[in-house]
Amino acid sequence: MREILAKKITETVKKLCIEANTNLSEDVVEALNKALSKEESPVGRDILRQLINNAKIAWRDKLPLCQDTGMAVVFIEIGQDMRIIGGTLEEAINEGVSRGYHNGYLRKSVVADPLKRKNTEDNTPAIVHTRIVPGENIKIRLLAKGGGAENCSAVKMFTPSASREEINKFVLETVEKGGPNACPPIIVGVGIGGTFDYAPELAKKALLREVGTHNSEHDIAQWEKELLEKINRTGIGPMGLGGRTTALAVNIEKYPCHISSLPVAVNIDCHAHRHKYAEI
Amino acid sequence: MRKSKITKLRPPLTDKNIRALKAGDHILISGKIFVARDAAHRMFEKKPPFEAAGGVLFYASPTPTPKGKVIGSIGPTTATRMDPFTPALLRLGLKLMIGKGRRGTEVKEAMKKYKAAYLVVPGGTAATLSRHVKRVRTIAYPDLGPEAVLELEVADFPAIVAIDCKGGDLFEQGKKKYQKK
Repeated sequence: MREILAKKITETVKKLCIEANTNLSEDVVEALNKALSKEESPVGRDILRQLINNAKIAWRDKLPLCQDTGMAVVFIEIGQDMRIIGGTLEEAINEGVSRGYHNGYLRKSVVADPLKRKNTEDNTPAIVHTRIVPGENIKIRLLAKGGGAENCSAVKMFTPSASREEINKFVLETVEKGGPNACPPIIVGVGIGGTFDYAPELAKKALLREVGTHNSEHDIAQWEKELLEKINRTGIGPMGLGGRTTALAVNIEKYPCHISSLPVAVNIDCHAHRHKYAEI
Repeated sequence: MRKSKITKLRPPLTDKNIRALKAGDHILISGKIFVARDAAHRMFEKKPPFEAAGGVLFYASPTPTPKGKVIGSIGPTTATRMDPFTPALLRLGLKLMIGKGRRGTEVKEAMKKYKAAYLVVPGGTAATLSRHVKRVRTIAYPDLGPEAVLELEVADFPAIVAIDCKGGDLFEQGKKKYQKK
């Protein structure tokens, strides 16, 4: 049986935290450039240029793209034919977050208690989603999730008679309500199905899919394009100051659900869409 | 619609400075500005730990300062969350607020009444903005860590007027202009 040292997980998570925050992924940069070529608003173009330029400066100066370096959300897949030695999984992940946020000079944005609100001072704990899968590898997807856009997210329990138009309306209302506060151009993750708790997890998973790629199901891929077009007709624009670029992508993920349910969740991420992947 | 212009400002500011600003104008600020966000605002109660009159307040909290740098990345946080505390600061004479996101009706009314403007800088340009910070000093609540109140010395710090003191609102104007039915 393959053995993986816990400290290898720590080291990987640490690296992902720093990389995510200082090196804007190629898919996002490409989407911003594409948006710039289409944007009609002069203020909008100016903002898109600043965002692209900021990514270069962040990389060159080894500084975080945004001062909100997020809460670490970790989706981890553990191969069932391996075992972790020298520590436990969650401790290893949190140690990685702690070191990444310390060594990378990233802001500590997590409070220990949602009501008492004292900062934990090392950005832990992370939000960890674990799945046991076939194989002997570990796959880690990390999202450094900013608070502003997260606050603009929503979940709604539709019933099975809901039409596609009604779901569109909910997605659009969520985007409009967030408006400038979500730091547009945004990435929209939509989770459809599952249960009350699982739809938002699907929406968050949807955010992890590369910008510019589409759902493998043709009909859903079309729906993604249709929703993106509708969102970009709202006029909200970059930073909400007006324009044609309100979202860079809409990613939809589905899951089976109960005969009487149709949960829909919308999870929004800002243009500083910090997602990174590693395999051990 | 008149072409947006670039205005250079140096605090302390007067009502006259503010009256000359229009939603959509580009601003370059040089001089002293203050930094505070959620936790600090909750502690202000009667009086903020800085001179609000004529002042500029930036809703932000930087990343830690790496060795050899003046400051880490610093950019705007959502201003809407500071709305409940804002009219009191405007009454004390605060002239400019810098953040991102929209403001509520009460804040907009207080901005008209006390002559103040709200500027936005693009969220997520914090690495760029750090280059405009020349000096930084913690002036209150160091216990709040990243949420402590800071005084910054900035040079040509760029921002856009989102809401002016006559009710001009670029969020509304811009959205309306580019909306497609």
